[in-house]
Amino acid sequence: MTRFVMVIDTRICIGCGDCVVACKTENKVPDGLNRDWIVEATRGTYPDLKTEFRSERCNHCSNATCVTLCPTGASHHWNDSNIVLVEPEKCTGCKACIAACPYDARLVMHPDGYVDKCTFCHHRVARGLDPACVSSCPTGCMHFGSLDDPHSEVNHLLKTRDYKVLKPETGNDPNVYYLI
Amino acid sequence: MSEELLVTARDNALIDPSLHIWTWEVAMYLFMGGLTAGIMFFAALMTVRDKEHIAPFAATRLALLAPIALSIGMTTLFLDLEHKLFVYRFYTSFQITSPMSWGAWILIVVYPISVLQILSTFRSGYSVFASFVDKLKPARLLMDWCERNRVTIAYAVIPFAVALGIYTGILLSAFGARPFWNSGVLGLLFLVSGLSTAAALVVLIARQKTEKELFTGLDFVLILSEIALIGLVIISLASGSGQHIDALQIIMGGPYTFQFWVMFFCIGLVIPMLLEILEMAGISKSLAMLAPVLVLVGGYALRQVVLDAGQESTWTHYETQYSPELLQRLPGKD
Amino acid sequence: MRRREFIKVSTLVGSGAVVSPALMLGGCTSSPLPGTGVVTKTPTICDMCFWKCAGDVYKEDGELWKITGNKDDLHSGGRLCTRGTGGPGAYLDPDRLQKPLMRVTVDGRQTFQEVSWNEALQFIATKMQGIADVHGPERMALLHHGAGGHHFLHLLRAFGSDSHAEPAFAQCRGPRDVGFRLTFGEAASSPERTDMANARCIVLLGSHIGENLHNGQVQTLTEAINKNAMLITVDPRFSVPAGKSQHWLPIRPGTDIALLLGWMNVLIEEDLYDKDYVDRYTIGFEQLAKHVRQYTPEWVFLETGIRPDVIRETAREMAKAAPATVVHPGRHASWYGDDTQRSRAIAMLNALLGSWNRKGGFYIPEKVDLPHYPLPDYPKPKFKTGDAYPDKWPFASQGVTNGVIEASVGDDAFFKGWMVYGTNLPQTIPGVAAKLRAAADSLDLVVVVDTMPSEVTGYADVILPECTYLERYDDIRNSGERHPSLALRMPAFEPKYESKPGWWIAKQLGERLGLQEYFPWDDYADKLDWELQQVGSSLEEMQKIGVKNFPRKRPLYFRDGQPARFYTPSRRIELYSQQLADKGFDPMPVFTPPEPVPSGYYRLNYGRMPAHTFGKTINNPLLFQLAPENQLWVNPLVANKHTLESGDYVRLASREGAVSGRIRVRVTERIGPDSVFMAHGFGHKSKRLRLAAGAGADDSELMTNIKIDPIMGGTGMRGNFVTFIKQSSTGSKS
Ligand SMILES: Nc1nc2c(c(=O)[nH]1)N[C@H]1C(S)=C(S)[C@@H](COP(=O)(O)OP(=O)(O)OC[C@H]3O[C@@H](n4cnc5c(=O)[nH]c(N)nc54)[C@H](O)[C@@H]3O)O[C@H]1N2
Ligand SMILES: Nc1nc2c(c(=O)[nH]1)N[C@H]1C(S)=C(S)[C@@H](COP(=O)(O)OP(=O)(O)OC[C@H]3O[C@@H](n4cnc5c(=O)[nH]c(N)nc54)[C@H](O)[C@@H]3O)O[C@H]1N2
Ligand code: SF4
Ligand code: SF4
Ligand code: SF4
Ligand code: SF4
Ligand code: SF4
Ligand SMILES: [Mo]
Repeated sequence: MTRFVMVIDTRICIGCGDCVVACKTENKVPDGLNRDWIVEATRGTYPDLKTEFRSERCNHCSNATCVTLCPTGASHHWNDSNIVLVEPEKCTGCKACIAACPYDARLVMHPDGYVDKCTFCHHRVARGLDPACVSSCPTGCMHFGSLDDPHSEVNHLLKTRDYKVLKPETGNDPNVYYLI
Repeated sequence: MSEELLVTARDNALIDPSLHIWTWEVAMYLFMGGLTAGIMFFAALMTVRDKEHIAPFAATRLALLAPIALSIGMTTLFLDLEHKLFVYRFYTSFQITSPMSWGAWILIVVYPISVLQILSTFRSGYSVFASFVDKLKPARLLMDWCERNRVTIAYAVIPFAVALGIYTGILLSAFGARPFWNSGVLGLLFLVSGLSTAAALVVLIARQKTEKELFTGLDFVLILSEIALIGLVIISLASGSGQHIDALQIIMGGPYTFQFWVMFFCIGLVIPMLLEILEMAGISKSLAMLAPVLVLVGGYALRQVVLDAGQESTWTHYETQYSPELLQRLPGKD
Repeated sequence: MRRREFIKVSTLVGSGAVVSPALMLGGCTSSPLPGTGVVTKTPTICDMCFWKCAGDVYKEDGELWKITGNKDDLHSGGRLCTRGTGGPGAYLDPDRLQKPLMRVTVDGRQTFQEVSWNEALQFIATKMQGIADVHGPERMALLHHGAGGHHFLHLLRAFGSDSHAEPAFAQCRGPRDVGFRLTFGEAASSPERTDMANARCIVLLGSHIGENLHNGQVQTLTEAINKNAMLITVDPRFSVPAGKSQHWLPIRPGTDIALLLGWMNVLIEEDLYDKDYVDRYTIGFEQLAKHVRQYTPEWVFLETGIRPDVIRETAREMAKAAPATVVHPGRHASWYGDDTQRSRAIAMLNALLGSWNRKGGFYIPEKVDLPHYPLPDYPKPKFKTGDAYPDKWPFASQGVTNGVIEASVGDDAFFKGWMVYGTNLPQTIPGVAAKLRAAADSLDLVVVVDTMPSEVTGYADVILPECTYLERYDDIRNSGERHPSLALRMPAFEPKYESKPGWWIAKQLGERLGLQEYFPWDDYADKLDWELQQVGSSLEEMQKIGVKNFPRKRPLYFRDGQPARFYTPSRRIELYSQQLADKGFDPMPVFTPPEPVPSGYYRLNYGRMPAHTFGKTINNPLLFQLAPENQLWVNPLVANKHTLESGDYVRLASREGAVSGRIRVRVTERIGPDSVFMAHGFGHKSKRLRLAAGAGADDSELMTNIKIDPIMGGTGMRGNFVTFIKQSSTGSKS
């Protein structure tokens, strides 16, 4: 399985939300809906504080419970990679995949009514481009690439920096990494 | 202090502020599925144990209610689908890892089995209607065959009924993403609850005293087991991970405390159980019809509260810093 | 992903056959994948704020798709910020002004009526001519902000008036620019000439880069963090950069000058300053050394709350990295009324560190020598803007908006007519509401040129709908940068509705005022093409590339020990300012303690949020849905005391009795217990802004205690105190 990962440097991220707007325009996401979002996590007591910004989206889990629990195979791993997509021609709209995602990364796309989510911009990836959010980020704190390529920047970052993934306990084996 | 805040507003329909993808339609489907399982189970059981004289309704007429209950459930499930036209897509593939896919196929199998089960006692249960059916030769032959294999069919029904009953619980418990549902006991709980509601249905409809007494007794035992299973669910959540403990809070002081403990536990379990005790002790007869009605209500309440509490439970706990109402101003919204 | 990876990845991905992505990929929705239609690209310069990033507008099948940064552009580094990416919302906003509107009285009630362009323009020209005839053309003033304002400045100058002011001076960077000019003879300019990308130590005083999204600043600060530069942030609030800093100094608000003097004290007492630089380039060091002797870290601690050891340690860090140390000049600098002096202290600290015009400190910006289209000379006005408020603010190097507004009130007021372009005065000038009403009553003519029905349009006699930046040409961007560069803004679309580009409006008015010789072009493109031809480019070329970089002619930094002359009277960096002394001001910054917070009140702190630019983007549908309202940050101790919880709505009352709109409480440790904080720009009152109206609160209307900087007229906005008025959760009357 080709493993595409996103590596986001929380030391650099400023929580500006550019990645969210870039996704909306690139992917024409309808009003009110978002495929990605920003979380600000602050710990401590004034003036002894730590704040982390995280740009979150579908984790394109290697063990994607949304795929496992989809009754029709509409949710699937694309082209033998970890990129999880929904095939509208197979979808019943049963919403099992929405409940199945521990990261609440799926949404119903109005007015089409289809289940929608981050696609890792596979339409760009297939052309050798970074996802829209990655290429817009003004701080350049987002990185995208293949984990299978030993020389990739993402591989290098994960080898040289401390990182975490969100809620590894889900067992979903998520593929968005946060450098800490 | 620790803050975890969504700093971009979003209005992801059905997810924010908490998951609310499934409402009464699915609760009704789960309830009817459980009831169907219970109906088929008891109808078969009475046949297998040869209890026609004690429980003639359950043994010969009850089974007819199975496809009716199931169809009501299937209808409400259909109502829930985002793309109703595409319901057939459930049957374009079989996904071995998806309980919902299993469920879809189980339902397909349950219908014909249920028909066989009905036919196997149709002449004794519904003689008037049976005479109509008899006019059709293939139907008559089939009915003959079923009657002959009555006991075999009953044996065959039992595993399917149990599977159906458990499936309604597994459907939810398979969602690791919803800690409240994520308990191995849920399947058993839903099965027992399904049996209990079916028993209550018999008490409600059956005319013969022996039958009512038998099923009141059965129901009492089932309610006791249900209470024990609820204990297990709570223990398993309480001893689980942080997410599970948080999930338990939803019914322990959280938003669904009232629904769970009052609507379901007291009204749907404890009160009918007490009424059944009174009845079995022969103390009160005037409220005889109340207990089974409450059990049925409680059966539905269980599905609804579990469905709701499960959707409330989550791995992420993000507050939002924006009033969701403001997004309703967007041109794309009404 | 790098190029090399791409090849590898695509071989992994591709299933052999060459299929068009649309057919091959499938996707989430039934709609086709983005970018599979007919895609076109048009260069632009982002106008979502004043940083002027260059980018490309993409259309797919004729519909606006997205805007991205231009890779050759130094302002954006090929990446637009949140607001720039949200630019399509400005064009698509259904609430945009559509037609010229004129104030009329119907049944005794004033209202706006749609009129033709001709009627509106004729009305304005007649009124302007009337003002010129009776009072002189200088009595017509331009209040403006943004690139398009230049068309109207040109019009007014041709008309005979040089009276103009922009909020970018007295409400923004005026104190900083004056403070730096008094010290170095030059301003910190825009884009700021900070060399953060090469800095080894960066000191931010308030500048909340990260929330303040000026793109080049964000990117160069990021570069510094990536290179593990020392970051020191001085801010009473735990700002975004504070969270990235090795040292966060949560200073008592309004005491920056004390800290700056204390730092200078340490540098001098510990002999850490750049002696060679100071000897070579500065004047007044002896006086400074003597002056700062009193400001010991122990003394500073008592005023600022910053521990003496921290003051010493941070001063040593600055010195260690110097001259690659940027003590950031900030941008919005009109804070407490002593801001020119505060900015001077920043400039002087930089001088001691030897960072001005040195690598890692400040670079020397360079523009392209772009000739202006040949036009007749402007008539010489009899008055300058400052003559409207004589004897005030001797160092105001530009028009002072608040001065102009005050000089427009009453029958004998200096100004008789206003043209307002791209500035929403009611929200922009703190606590201005009453004066604005009075001025509007007195003036003979108020014209507002805007894209949106902002509050300021409510004061107009005539409202002229300008089209957005995506629908027009403006002047070539030629701002000082590391490399000289030019960038083009051109229309990606025909103007929507009946809106028109600013250049067209100015030309039409010019013609009606008999000034056609100043507007010889049929299309502004002609003018731009002529100018571009002069530097070896052309409109045609720029329409393709958007940005053209030119080689530098002068060095980026001082060479070691090079002689240099500064544009000050002494030709040196003036640590001691004779200019200030001559006008009766402190020649060196002196600390005066800020007004203490009255009991029961909290200091009103405000700033930016990344999703928005002031008030002008709140109604932008793309950005509104990112951040539809502002929050009031409240420390948990304060929240406890007032039984407030996150999500509650409150109003605020200023000490002088002004009351704000409803605002949502956010209880957070990121602010101390003496202040509350909100992002500026919200709380719109104009009902025609259908998304923004009534969402959040406006800090401006709570500003009832404004401290005017006596040196240059800046409006100090941070001396305001507020308390809570709790709202019952149902009481949503707004
Ligand atoms: N997203 C976004 N970015 C913008 C803009 C926008 O509208 N939106 N506007 C742009 C413009 S025009 C400008 S001028 C800039 C303004 O941006 P800056 O120049 O960065 O603004 P400041 O007012 O200096 O910074 C506000 C910070 O000062 C802190 N502060 C308050 N009081 C004190 C004090 O007494 N001492 C110290 N040291 N800090 C204090 C506040 O807590 C807050 O963090 O932003 C620019 N960038
Ligand atoms: N209370 C308070 N006041 C402040 C500040 C603060 O932080 N707090 N910040 C100060 C600072 S730093 C600054 S720089 C100023 C900024 O002050 P302004 O520049 O006045 O900012 P806005 O309030 O966004 O108003 C911009 C206006 O321009 C209009 N506009 C937008 N695009 C176009 C266009 O293409 N053409 C035309 N004709 N009009 C257009 C918008 O609709 C809006 O009416 O505010 C200052 N005032
Ligand atoms: S665009 Fe980059 S810096 Fe901004 S929030 Fe997203 S990841 Fe963070
Ligand atoms: S994050 Fe959720 S939607 Fe995305 S792959 Fe994992 S389980 Fe599926
Ligand atoms: S909604 Fe569609 S994609 Fe999701 S689980 Fe159901 S069939 Fe699969
Ligand atoms: S990868 Fe693409 S689809 Fe996913 S969040 Fe980023 S821009 Fe959106
Ligand atoms: S900083 Fe952002 S809003 Fe300002 S010009 Fe650049 S992209 Fe546009
Ligand atoms: Mo500003």
